[in-house]
Amino acid sequence: MDALPVLELRAITKKFGPVVANDRVDFDLRAGEVHALLGENGAGKSTLMSVLYGLYSPTSGEILVDGKPVSIHSPNDAIDLGIGMVHQHFMFIPVMTVTENIVLGNEPVMSGAARPAGVLDRRTARKRVQELSDRYGLAIDPDARIEDVTVGMQQRVEILRALYRNARILVLDEPTAVLTAQEITELMTVLRHLKEDGTPIVFISHKLGEVLEIADRITVLRRGKSMGTVPRAGATEQSLARMVVGRDVIFRVEKKPHAPEGPILTVEDLRVLDDRGLEAVRGATLTVRAGEIVALAGVDGNGQAELVQAITGIRAPTGGLIEVDGTDITGRGVRAAGDAGVAHIAQDRQRVGLVLPFTLAENLALRRYRNPPLSRRGWLNLNAFFALAKRLLAAFDVRGGGPETPASALSGGNQQKLCVAREIDSDPKLLVAHQPTRGLDVGAIEFVHSRLIAQRDAGKAVLLVSLESDEVRSLADRILVIYEGRIVAEFPPDATEEELGIAMTGGTVAPA
Amino acid sequence: MKPHQRLAHAGRSAVIPLTTVLVAFVVAGLVMLVTGNDPLSTYGAIFDGTGLNWLFPWVAGQNRVIAAQDLQQTLVAAAPLVLTGLSVAFAFRVGLFNIGAQGQYTVGSVIAVWVATSFTGMNPVLHIVLSILAAALIGGAWAAIAGWLKAAVGTHEVISTIMLNWIAIWIATYLFQEGGPLQGKNALGNPVSNTIANNMHLPVIWGNPALQGLDVGVFVGIGAAVVFWAIMNRSTLGYEVRAVGHNPDAARGSGISVPRNYIMTMAICGVFAGLAASIDVLGWEFQVSSADLFSSQVGFLGIAVALLGRNTAVGVVAAALLFGALETGTSAGNLSSTSLNPELAPQLTLIIEGLVVLLVSTDLIAVRILGLPRRLGWGRPEAGADLAQVLQPDDPSLDAAEALRPEPGR
Repeated sequence: MDALPVLELRAITKKFGPVVANDRVDFDLRAGEVHALLGENGAGKSTLMSVLYGLYSPTSGEILVDGKPVSIHSPNDAIDLGIGMVHQHFMFIPVMTVTENIVLGNEPVMSGAARPAGVLDRRTARKRVQELSDRYGLAIDPDARIEDVTVGMQQRVEILRALYRNARILVLDEPTAVLTAQEITELMTVLRHLKEDGTPIVFISHKLGEVLEIADRITVLRRGKSMGTVPRAGATEQSLARMVVGRDVIFRVEKKPHAPEGPILTVEDLRVLDDRGLEAVRGATLTVRAGEIVALAGVDGNGQAELVQAITGIRAPTGGLIEVDGTDITGRGVRAAGDAGVAHIAQDRQRVGLVLPFTLAENLALRRYRNPPLSRRGWLNLNAFFALAKRLLAAFDVRGGGPETPASALSGGNQQKLCVAREIDSDPKLLVAHQPTRGLDVGAIEFVHSRLIAQRDAGKAVLLVSLESDEVRSLADRILVIYEGRIVAEFPPDATEEELGIAMTGGTVAPA
Repeated sequence: MKPHQRLAHAGRSAVIPLTTVLVAFVVAGLVMLVTGNDPLSTYGAIFDGTGLNWLFPWVAGQNRVIAAQDLQQTLVAAAPLVLTGLSVAFAFRVGLFNIGAQGQYTVGSVIAVWVATSFTGMNPVLHIVLSILAAALIGGAWAAIAGWLKAAVGTHEVISTIMLNWIAIWIATYLFQEGGPLQGKNALGNPVSNTIANNMHLPVIWGNPALQGLDVGVFVGIGAAVVFWAIMNRSTLGYEVRAVGHNPDAARGSGISVPRNYIMTMAICGVFAGLAASIDVLGWEFQVSSADLFSSQVGFLGIAVALLGRNTAVGVVAAALLFGALETGTSAGNLSSTSLNPELAPQLTLIIEGLVVLLVSTDLIAVRILGLPRRLGWGRPEAGADLAQVLQPDDPSLDAAEALRPEPGR
């Protein structure tokens, strides 16, 4: 390995008022390596990379590129230095093609006497995109429109955009957060290609498994401080988790053997259209009994979202039956579903689960505000709001604010606790948890899992919809696989990842 | 929150509107300067013209009498602005842009004058109340059309309320025209309604009724602001309205009917605008003409009032007072011609009002560029967030998120 790092951050400190987001953090990137930056949400990973990318100026510390100190005041400075950033949320114009999106802001124009100046040179742009794609095995169609390609492809387009602007160093911020298992595998292959071709990579993540899979070295951040850098060799999930959270973490979810009773949720031959009017759920049939967790596994976009929306009353099905504890709630709306005992931990807590500008008290009241003691004859009782919030914030260990704090001020993990608290407190018969740990760190995942199991042990029916096969296998009492809007297989929790994977992608396996 | 925290919070949310007004005054002062007027003496004259100098104990004698009359005018002008401001603000809070306060005001005026000049022989007090209620109800019904169109078929409320404004004004024109059903008996040749009888005027509580003293309509404005606050902050309806305004998806997911909220909200907006019409008609107009309705701006000014007042009850009252005072202070009769050419004075009002609207609409940008709230350690202003949402009701980031979703079956 090269002695001189291509990139070095020395003693970076970044303060926001009294809050120290980064505290003398050292980080270096050597040629030909993938260096992971690991830490919980809010540990300061994104802040550090924003300092590198010129979005924040550090309070103190210095940045060296190829051993020379540099000052980076804007993303343009960073790009000029060859630093390419792939953000968690993509910035595209959906109706434009891949090529057009890539060259946007840096368009090659026609030149020469016979050609009009200032006209986009589409052919050259397209050729360059194709070359880069072939060279790094990105498998990108330069002419496809962004809105027509998968999230995984969009991410590769982001990578290509950075390469197109001559990035020598790539920074990927939580790149797997939006990807399916299959797409993650593809991404890892692409990253290895890039590494072998000489582009070192900073890989930001809070997932231990993928860091161990891809990284050569791992730097752990905890509460803004570097906990040290370790080589992958010798590191284990246990050892990294200890560095990340500062204590031992239980990975195996401990649960009693399940003792299911009668059916709570019965779904028969359900048919649901998606936003575009296409049938997304095509005759799904399933049952969830009291006292069991049924996990719905599947590749994203196989009708899970529409199925959940139908069960929770958000979307009216076009056919079939949904019964909760004997009550027919098919197409009867959210209130009917709630009254029948359905609670819903939404997939997207910021978009559907919470009203972010609302206070914690107002958010916690969303399911109960219509009834006493929170309101009487249409008038709110704010003391009851306050009391409810105090009770739930304490019971669910929500940190970062009091009843009058806006929900937007909380970290992602605490926002999720807020959703979990509200839904569990509604004392449901059926708890629908849609990707309940998405984007959460180790500690918060542990919390959510233990609460789901507590619900099961309390005799509730739990329907867990998840894209994480580890989560599915460790929590579920039964695993159902959804593929193209139908339940295609059922597995016991000890099913192998391969078995699940084959069923999830439409392969035929004899159900175990 | 504890009382002193509430106070501090209120103080912080007032800083940006106050800065906005200050900047508007400075820029308007520059306009005076380049047109060869003295800004300081002009502003002094405008201030005296608003009657606010009545509040100073040293203003005495004849000056005090004039100041009192001016202040009564200011309050008479501010009361309907409070109501149309509340009308627009209520819609803002649910995420709708009510451009239709003017139309709701128009239909309210027509019904108020019709009721007040019909049913002769009723008890005057009941008759007045009936006229006010009728104006409120027709305003509510008129606005609910836009809410219903939005809920039922997704018609954008900006388009529908603007159209309803025109429909309202042309209906009024038809009704009052020569030979029209509501043209006054003695209005030969003029498109004017009947005149409301003296015993049907809103009682004047301060000043001379013959000189348009302050009538009880001001209490309707204040009462409406209290009702607005109570609905918004203390009722389940207001809770739903705010939830829908901040995040329709989360509201829907909690069992709140978004379409129902749109209709209810618009109806309430229309009630406020209809009330504004009733206190103008019964308080000092006493008759309605098509020409007056065409030239009236009170509904449109409500937009500026709501924006400056940041969609809160207290803010709307304060902004309405400012706009009412400006209107009175720059009216040709009140502003001495030694300070500013009287013909230019009303233009000055428009300049200031225009600047206020412009600056309030851009304060999201300006404040963010200046980084004022961040530097002072403040959060994002709540009303600003509402405004951003209202100005971009179809949040492109949501569309982007939609587009990023993988399609089923891929």
